[in-house]
Amino acid sequence: MAATIFALATARGKAGVAIVRISGPLALDALAVFGVGAVVPRRASLRKLWHDGAVLDEAVVLFFPAGGSFTGEDIVELHLHGSVAVISAVTRILAGVQGLRQAVAGEFTRRALENGVLDLTQVEGLADLIDAETEAQRKQAQRVLSGAIGARVAEWRRDLVRAAALIEASIDFADEDIPVDVIGEVVDLVKGLRVVFAREIEGSRVSERIRDGFEVALIGAPNAGKSSLLNALSGRDAAITSAVAGTTRDVIEVRMDIGGLPVTLLDTAGLRETGDEIEKIGVARAVVRAQQADLRILLVEPGSEAPDFELGPDDFTVETKADLFPGVGRISSATGEGLDMVLMRIEGVLQDRLASAGLLTRDRQRDALTLGVRHLDSALVWLYEGYEHVEFVASDLRSVSQALEFLVGQIGVETLLDEIFSSFCIGK
Amino acid sequence: MFHVKHYDVVVIGGGHAGVEAAAAAARVGARTCLVTLKAGTIGVMSCNPAIGGLGKGHLVREIDALDGLMGRAADMAGIQFRLLNKRKGPAVQGPRTQADRALYRSAIQGMLATINNLTVLEAEVTDLIVEGSRVSGIILADGSSVRATSVILTAGTFLNGLIHIGREVIAGGRMGEKPSCRLADRLVSLGLKTGRLKTGTPPRLDGRTIEWQRLESQPGDDDPTMMSFMNDAPIVRQVSCGITHTNERTHDIVRANLASSAMYGGMIDGVGPRYCPSIEDKVVRFSDKKSHQIFLEPEGLKDDSVYPNGISSSLPRSVQEDYVHSILGLERAKILQPAYAIEYDYFDPRGLSPSLERIEMPGLFFAGQINGTTGYEEAAAQGLVAGMNAGLMSKGMNSFMFHRSDSYIGVMADDLLTQGVTEPYRMFTSRAEYRLHLRADNADQRLTERGRSVGVVRDVRYAAFSEKRCQLAALKDQVAAISLTPKDLGKLNIHVSDDGQRRSGLDILSMSGLETEHLRAALPMLQDADKKLVVQLQRDSIYDRYLGRQQDEVDQLRRQEGTAIPDGMSYVSLPGLSNELKTKLSAIRPPTLAHASRIEGMTPAALALLLANVRKQSLGRAAG
Repeated sequence: MAATIFALATARGKAGVAIVRISGPLALDALAVFGVGAVVPRRASLRKLWHDGAVLDEAVVLFFPAGGSFTGEDIVELHLHGSVAVISAVTRILAGVQGLRQAVAGEFTRRALENGVLDLTQVEGLADLIDAETEAQRKQAQRVLSGAIGARVAEWRRDLVRAAALIEASIDFADEDIPVDVIGEVVDLVKGLRVVFAREIEGSRVSERIRDGFEVALIGAPNAGKSSLLNALSGRDAAITSAVAGTTRDVIEVRMDIGGLPVTLLDTAGLRETGDEIEKIGVARAVVRAQQADLRILLVEPGSEAPDFELGPDDFTVETKADLFPGVGRISSATGEGLDMVLMRIEGVLQDRLASAGLLTRDRQRDALTLGVRHLDSALVWLYEGYEHVEFVASDLRSVSQALEFLVGQIGVETLLDEIFSSFCIGK
Repeated sequence: MFHVKHYDVVVIGGGHAGVEAAAAAARVGARTCLVTLKAGTIGVMSCNPAIGGLGKGHLVREIDALDGLMGRAADMAGIQFRLLNKRKGPAVQGPRTQADRALYRSAIQGMLATINNLTVLEAEVTDLIVEGSRVSGIILADGSSVRATSVILTAGTFLNGLIHIGREVIAGGRMGEKPSCRLADRLVSLGLKTGRLKTGTPPRLDGRTIEWQRLESQPGDDDPTMMSFMNDAPIVRQVSCGITHTNERTHDIVRANLASSAMYGGMIDGVGPRYCPSIEDKVVRFSDKKSHQIFLEPEGLKDDSVYPNGISSSLPRSVQEDYVHSILGLERAKILQPAYAIEYDYFDPRGLSPSLERIEMPGLFFAGQINGTTGYEEAAAQGLVAGMNAGLMSKGMNSFMFHRSDSYIGVMADDLLTQGVTEPYRMFTSRAEYRLHLRADNADQRLTERGRSVGVVRDVRYAAFSEKRCQLAALKDQVAAISLTPKDLGKLNIHVSDDGQRRSGLDILSMSGLETEHLRAALPMLQDADKKLVVQLQRDSIYDRYLGRQQDEVDQLRRQEGTAIPDGMSYVSLPGLSNELKTKLSAIRPPTLAHASRIEGMTPAALALLLANVRKQSLGRAAG
């Protein structure tokens, strides 16, 4: 019999409310230890929790019966007052109940998966939702959590099954009366899948950015005002600023939310020829990070020459120090002039890229589809030889469907589970 | 008081499953008794006069690799050999032959007669001797009993068999033979779960009344492929089959009389196979098709009877006359035996162990159609599995396991006991996920050595196999030793991309579209080698490149197969399993994780849960 598990579902520390969640066959029985009797399923019940003849806390108690709960098992939630003392008393008492134990990391979600409440991609979506900090991340995670990948895979699988069925029919029923030529239809199906897979893989790069954040690099000559802009945009003194050229040596990162998008702003060392060994390393790093970033903003002090750096089509140049050198389109970190414009421009560029966002957000998912594309390509090569090597076509199509199973988690579960659940936190 | 006879293995039934079971049990050294209603019908082909085909040919070769009877009997009776899918890859080619019924039957009976330890008993079995839950013998209609360590039941379509011809219903296991109802009742009273299936057979025509000269004829292959590894060429005279077609008038006749068809008139409850439609099915389900092909297959060299493959039916006799006479070349054909549909009982195969022993009744093995399969080859293969294992059991030896990764036999056994059946089960190559490896041509390499280790392969075959294996290895070494650059190859008129990579002899052999003379110039040792060996080596080289990939999967499967689920596993108390899965698991009791994974409706999550519990239990045991 599976143990009944419990854990604090809300963050540790002082808070208005803290929730302790109990899941398993003994969830309801566990209430008795606090002198709480029957509760109505799916209704909030206000109950006193008793211990050693005294009231421990007054809590809202919720009961979700098996089949209609997050884990698929009986779940009881105790909404306690968020006191560190109350929480530790309640969890200590629960731990003393026969058949109950503290949940290990990710165990509630694991049970949801094991009981078929969520598929693998939904579990990943849930993890992303919990980690979501911005609106775009929330939307994307919600889409995955709702089972969008599973639904898409089901569509692909239909085409794949059709293609495989045609091939298998031409093999297994060769001695029957089937004069129809199937190769043409199979080629069309395989090419079609090849196109959507490739598009998903391409889109996954953007989705991954939404999950992990876009990198926007501030570049320019020393003293162009990069660190000042970073501090002004992030609203804190993240980077040291001074009048001395070459103050910033390492890459400084600040995470922020721009128009609902997660953005990591990078402040980099000023680009110049230098004899200083440490600064030289800083400049080299600045170039590499800036090249890898999703967007580059080149800052130029009016009247000075811009350093030699090739900008991409979306990258843009901004003139700084408008407080000292007033002019149209210039910005000032000191007065805040034009900073809105910079933010809007960043948001505009990144929003355009969102349009191509796909459903896949993880390496694991992308790898599965990449493998699928490889087998589709191989199938196409064999298909050009007509029927001579249909057994290889069939074998490749089988591998593609396995790749899809890998995506929604129907094979290789064992290793995957361990990997996924080790990254989960208690009580989620 | 009767004298009680005692055997190691008793086989009930003399069809394809029964003879293969009895022969295999006897080969591994068990004292075996085959009990049949009529010794003269041993080895009878009740339906089409052909052995082999796609998937089925693979089964025949595997039976043959374990020294079974079917392949050799088919060669002795073969009158038209054709390799199906000849223009597709070797992994999906299936050998097939038309077989002379009389020759086939006498070949089987002749081979049985030469087997030591094997007694044939003509009697009706009416009951099983059950002690506790264990089966330990049979009771005959005369009241006498035969005791045995194990009993193999291969009753085919005889259990509550009902023959339908239009509205006529005749109790029988085959045309003109009585069914076994008492035994069927007894098995049901023992609590075994039954279902009902149906199959059909076409009318038999008098070949002398067919106008062959007006019909297309189909000869066998110029270079015939034998069913058995032990033969190289056909043994008897070869003949051609005729081909004709149904037409719109045929379809009109069928359509007008559907109500009087047993299948369409609601007289039949059993489920029929979708892949073997009756003429009624063809006309109804494929109504846009104006014509269907019919193969006219001779039933024997000295037999005028012809099997018109493709027009099985359960229409009344008079309607059969009409539709047959509407077909080109058959206008004056005389029907020797009418087409009929037959309904019969089968037992849910999900209660079988991998050896085909009933889990709830140790000592009782089931093989053939009573497990829900159709086809001679499927039946024979199961007979082999049950016979070998019953024989091994009587000698206290471990059972011989067939795996999905080593044989079509393994695929079939596994499908049956994990999936059950919803229609008569027939082998297809697409059921085998390791199809590229499981070829008809390498069945001996996959199974003969293993078979030898348990004694089921006798000396003559083993000597032939060993010699072939030895020669093949030598040839492979010679070919593999060749190493040529693209330039060298270009000089020999073999053009490959000039990447500076040397090609081994095996690489060269695996290239497609090479002229024989160019190939021989590059690999001179091929000239003197046995052609069969060259073909074999060539196929191995073609597939080797792809097998690496499959091998990973095979390894993973083997690991899962290695994870045994303890006998006493209580699924009911496993939380997190759906009630449906709990019921299925409790009924099937999969022996390993691999078996569990193939149960219909099994989810990865449930599998992970099972694995976790198996591990927990084994940890508990180790600690305790």
